[in-house]
Amino acid sequence: MSLELIGITVLWTFLYGYLIVASIDFGAGFFSYYSVLTKKEHLINRIIDRYLSPVWEVTNVFLVFFFVGIVGFFPDTAYYYGTALLLPGGVALLLLSIRGSFYAFANYGARKSRTSLFLYGVTGLFIPASLSTVLTISEGGFIEKTATGEVRFLAWEFFTSPYSWSVVFLALVSILFISASFLTYYASQAGDATAMSILRRYALAWSGPTILASLLVFAGLSQHNPVHFGRAVQDFGWMFALSFLCFVCAVWLIWKQRSLGWAFVSVMFQFFFAFFGYGASHLPYLLYPYVTIQSALTNTTMGWALVIAFIAGLLLLIPSLILLMKLFLFNANYVKGEKTGNKT
Amino acid sequence: MDPTILSRILTAETLSFHIIWATIGVGVPVFISIAEGWGIYKKDPHYILMARRWTRGFVITVAVGVVTGTCIGMMLSMLWPRFMQMAGNIISLPLFLETFAFFFEAIFLGIYLYTWDRFKKPIYHWLMSIPIVLGSSLSAVFITTVNAFMNTPTGFSLSPDGEVINIRPLEAMFNPATPTKVAHVLTSAYVTCAFLLAAIAAWHLLKGRNHVYYKKALKLTMILGLVLALATALAGDFSGKFLAEYVPEKLAAAEWHFETDQYAPLVLFGWLDDNGNVRGALEIPWALSILGGGTPSSEIIGLNDFPEDERPPLWIHYLFDGMVVIGTYLIVIAALFAWLWWRQKNPYRPWLLKGIVWAAPLSFLAIQFGWIYAEVGRQPWILRGIMKVSEASTTADNVGVLLLMFTALYIALAIFASLVLLRLFKNRPAEKEMEQRGIA
Ligand code: HDD
Ligand code: HEM
Ligand code: HEM
Repeated sequence: MSLELIGITVLWTFLYGYLIVASIDFGAGFFSYYSVLTKKEHLINRIIDRYLSPVWEVTNVFLVFFFVGIVGFFPDTAYYYGTALLLPGGVALLLLSIRGSFYAFANYGARKSRTSLFLYGVTGLFIPASLSTVLTISEGGFIEKTATGEVRFLAWEFFTSPYSWSVVFLALVSILFISASFLTYYASQAGDATAMSILRRYALAWSGPTILASLLVFAGLSQHNPVHFGRAVQDFGWMFALSFLCFVCAVWLIWKQRSLGWAFVSVMFQFFFAFFGYGASHLPYLLYPYVTIQSALTNTTMGWALVIAFIAGLLLLIPSLILLMKLFLFNANYVKGEKTGNKT
Repeated sequence: MDPTILSRILTAETLSFHIIWATIGVGVPVFISIAEGWGIYKKDPHYILMARRWTRGFVITVAVGVVTGTCIGMMLSMLWPRFMQMAGNIISLPLFLETFAFFFEAIFLGIYLYTWDRFKKPIYHWLMSIPIVLGSSLSAVFITTVNAFMNTPTGFSLSPDGEVINIRPLEAMFNPATPTKVAHVLTSAYVTCAFLLAAIAAWHLLKGRNHVYYKKALKLTMILGLVLALATALAGDFSGKFLAEYVPEKLAAAEWHFETDQYAPLVLFGWLDDNGNVRGALEIPWALSILGGGTPSSEIIGLNDFPEDERPPLWIHYLFDGMVVIGTYLIVIAALFAWLWWRQKNPYRPWLLKGIVWAAPLSFLAIQFGWIYAEVGRQPWILRGIMKVSEASTTADNVGVLLLMFTALYIALAIFASLVLLRLFKNRPAEKEMEQRGIA
């Protein structure tokens, strides 16, 4: 495999990791707040807290890893996206900061206030919305290089494009779907039937909109970037078909309340196929039509140094992550709350 | 205002804010780990409680460290796109490694927090603290190598048309500034946390809360503090020697040393009159030559040897002086404490306790002074000798909005973090917790 393909595969995989873990987190924030509004917080918040508390910092690192990595492997992206995304990026960053710090304040600090739950719930929807715009922008048409070589972001075109709104919509509903299907599984592990039935209903409720939104995105893409659309349908159509199959599988299992663990695995595969199908058909462009993975690639020495560092890092990370999951995700006693481990 | 100035202000503000929390993030885990380990070894529940309580405060500060760090990480690309485009080719290795260090730390911090009393043997829980210490200190090491690279860029060549070629990532990472900078940044972060934790204990003793718990905490942190204060000064001395050799204009600007000379004096404070003469300063004969070269006869390059538009601003003199004075103060106060304790006299005298309480904010001030000195002393360069700050910054015109947004964010974070910390410890003083846990 060529260096640029290795690089983008690694980064895309981490972005996929972020998509899953952050969706669980973002969605949980929303459900948490929603349950306060509907006075059901005592039913599901305990489940949400048990899972989120030990892992929130890990979630953040997935994102940091992605943007540090992309600048490392493809330094040109720093120039294009950095210049163009100053304002949208700044807003996303601000929201991320508010969310992260207030989560910690509320959770490790003394008590939870309604305000912090509100901030946590609302930022959970706005952050994915603003982060997803990067993918929209990468399709081209929203960044312009002027004759003098300066890079400009075309905000008006962006905000009036149906395509960009369909992506935002997809991001929101996917998050709620991923999150609800994970939490359903987690609640069933904990043997908490009431929480499970509420979360299961959320999962089913958000499944339909997820598919609807995907169709809208396809329709939008066919208008906005026909080249990409063509590649997605012709060369990678099978991946999207597999994705749909996994979706059907997941919804069926959740509906029947059977093997909820496998149901969540199916959801992960659903997004895996869709996300990689989208990514693969997007290649070779990182920013249509200015930046490709070949044009932006760092020099070979640095590229290989990064790959070696990456492999060494994985050898360290994978056992640690397994330990984390063993202790908190697959440890029945912890999940049930019998061994609280006394938060500090 | 022009985007370059605004970008500089925003970068400086973000980094100055981040470094407060980052310093706590680097230093406090070391003390948590030492306290817990010592407590297990001595079977002394007081030290274990110390580790618990420090950890509880630590998670709040980590959160602010994490979010502000994420801000800088993204801002480097947003505000300095051309710098990252070029430097990314050469120095992304340590940046990339840093994220692994964060990962490692984050995973084990989650485990550490939620596994008190969960393992049969306490030693297993203590073992979980090691990766946290390693992860946070290594992240400081990696990011410091990036900063060192900005001061002494090496490990690449420039082709005639300005392209970077022939890149040697390891050489870039281990550039001439790396050893002294890493040593000084680590020791200063550790010493600052020693005094931070000591000051908290001293504060309670001053308030008349005489429990032996506080005395143990003070002893532990002050004795380590003495060693670390000496190490910090030593590392600072090496940094001076490094500057004299590789970045002479920075040392000369800090010392108002204009003519290249032997037997150069160290100038403390004072001011410059209209003709550029030093007035009212305390001069320590030969000291600059010793700091820079090790002997009184060492030649120290003066500022006049540099073209005028490549000289750093002269006000950094006061920052350097402030740092050195604070460094001396830390050594003196820790030595006094250690001496009284060693001679079995009472080291818990109010004046000494007050002095220790003051040492904490002063060490944070020294960190700020040191960094601002190091960064402003690099002006006008972003990559010394290669790229100027004005060539690196963004051309987008919304930096002002961003500056306002983030200033508001940092103020809010500072206020909320302090409130949360205060409430956390007010509601549950150590005495009460010892009672609850049945510790004498
Ligand atoms: C508690 C904090 C603290 C204390 C007490 C000191 N320093 Fe310091 N100093 C730092 C915290 C610091 C720092 C924050 O770690 C800096 C900023 C950038 C860097 O590399 O380290 C620094 C930079 C720095 C530099 C510039 C290095 C460079 O730009 O490459 C020099 C020459 C010194 N220091 C020298 C000293 C001396 C001679 C001290 C005598 C006691 C001293 N420092 C105490
Ligand atoms: C490893 C760490 C660091 C890196 C990579 C770094 C990088 C940068 C960059 C890219 C700039 C903008 C260009 C310039 O003005 O030279 C800058 C400026 C600045 N940084 Fe740092 N920095 C680091 C640590 C710090 C810390 C911890 C502080 C804080 C106390 C700090 C204080 C400043 C200041 C005050 C400026 C503005 C200098 C001026 O414009 O006159 N830096 N730094
Ligand atoms: C340009 C300079 C810097 C950048 C880009 C940067 C980047 C970051 C990022 C992205 C994080 C959050 C990581 C996470 O998600 O867990 C972070 C946290 C942290 N940073 Fe910085 N940082 C800079 C300067 C520094 C300096 C100078 C130090 C230390 C001397 C430092 C030490 C730390 C530590 C220890 C953390 C972990 C959080 C904690 O434990 O408090 N950073 N930094």
